[in-house]
Amino acid sequence: MNKITIENLSLKYSDGTESLQGITLNIPARQIFVVFGPAGGGKSSLLRTLNRLNDLADVVHRAGTIRIDGIDIYQPGYDVIQLRRKVGMVFARPVVLPLSIRENLTYGLEVAGIKDPARLEEAVETSLTKAALWDEVKDRLGDPGATLSGGQQQRLCLARVLALEPEVILLDEPTSGLDPISTGKVEESLQELKKEYTIILVPHSVQQAARTADLAAFLLQGELIETARGETLFSNPEEQRTQDYIQGRFG
Amino acid sequence: MKADIRQFKQRLGFSLLTAMAILTVIPIVAVVIYILVLGIPAINLEFITGFPREGMRAGGILPAIVGTFYLTLGTTVFAVPLGISAAIYLSEYAPNNRATQLIRIAIINLAGIPSVVYGLFGLGLFVLFLNFGTSILAGSLTLSIMTLPVIISTAEEALRAVPQAFRTVSISVGATKWQTIRKIVLPQALPGILTGVILGLERAAGETAPILFTVAAFFLPRLPNSPLDATMALPYHLYVISTQVPGMPIKIQYGTALVLLIFVLSMNLVAATIRSRARARRQW
Repeated sequence: MNKITIENLSLKYSDGTESLQGITLNIPARQIFVVFGPAGGGKSSLLRTLNRLNDLADVVHRAGTIRIDGIDIYQPGYDVIQLRRKVGMVFARPVVLPLSIRENLTYGLEVAGIKDPARLEEAVETSLTKAALWDEVKDRLGDPGATLSGGQQQRLCLARVLALEPEVILLDEPTSGLDPISTGKVEESLQELKKEYTIILVPHSVQQAARTADLAAFLLQGELIETARGETLFSNPEEQRTQDYIQGRFG
Repeated sequence: MKADIRQFKQRLGFSLLTAMAILTVIPIVAVVIYILVLGIPAINLEFITGFPREGMRAGGILPAIVGTFYLTLGTTVFAVPLGISAAIYLSEYAPNNRATQLIRIAIINLAGIPSVVYGLFGLGLFVLFLNFGTSILAGSLTLSIMTLPVIISTAEEALRAVPQAFRTVSISVGATKWQTIRKIVLPQALPGILTGVILGLERAAGETAPILFTVAAFFLPRLPNSPLDATMALPYHLYVISTQVPGMPIKIQYGTALVLLIFVLSMNLVAATIRSRARARRQW
């Protein structure tokens, strides 16, 4: 059962850069789907079309369709706010909102009009537990989020997404700024999270791609080169270019 | 040998810069001390709370203090909401096109217009055409127009200084653009905005030319009781007693200058306090 189907997606920015060219992809539910490739290949652009965060960018041309649960998310009248609650995103640099730890988690719910304190409190505890941060911060929820360490901040960002009870989680190089131990913790939580959520990960290295992928897609300069099960793609790729990239001959 | 020369040049450069820095402070300190020394003898309870007597050569300056207070308040009421709204529009909503560029150029140029021109404009538009008469209303509106460019540009700068990533994250968790501005961007920009607002108001409080034709009364020994009343005001009063009244005791002139200085400097102090508090709390 595919959670997301992307058909012939093309994207062009106002400065003339062609970001994606005719991407067709099926992303199944409750798996870790890894999108990897060298910088400038359109990985972030692809991710940002899935929660329509690209609406904020200077996109001059978009073609093709993206369906989530069979519904075209670019159709006129589609509720984008609802989409962004359903498709959460964690960014490369942990961006903690200038609020307390608790408020960082309840922010998304509050802007959606949820005010019930009991429900907010429950979301705080549940999301922090899932992001493996609860024990470290449960006594200091009122502190500014920025007082956390880098690794904790990134887990707070993950918790902030989880608090919205999303269905899909997009992670754009979520561990690029983290030390190996924090990276390990994040990767561990992903294995746990994929039982409930559809996860799309842009890894920060080929090694991380190989470690985490159930399915993987290799993106090179806006083109989808190949996609396969992780174990197949990283041991026995069909395309020469994939092989070259995995073995470090370019990139 | 060569190293010695380099060392010497380094020291020379450093001393020169230090001297320049001190040089810039001297006039400011000198002005303050000068006015303090000559003005303090005039300050007493009657001077602050009384009405002018004997052709303004004695008594107090209460009407001028109250007038300047009302004018500053009136300017706040008109210029602050308008200025901040314009800044939010320019920073968060305005498309990057010719019309926006035109607005920006207009604002920059407005800041460069001599204040006496604003005074004449206020006379023409508010006093005569809109028939507000010489009044606090007309004066406040004139001062507002003069103050707007300062408020808009500092507020816009403060809004732009808020990291873009906060906006992206807020949108990505399902906030609307307006929620993002109200809950994240504005609170973060507020100290910077307030600093700009106070600096703008400070200028309004101290200006003579814009109120000359629109509100200021030469001699009006009572307190205004409606926005349509004319009033005395500190800067204009200072001008009057310094040039228009023969036999004016020096201490009354400097006493008035001192009160105006304290009025403006205390606003400055508030701005500085807000700034330093916010800096200590800021997380980016």
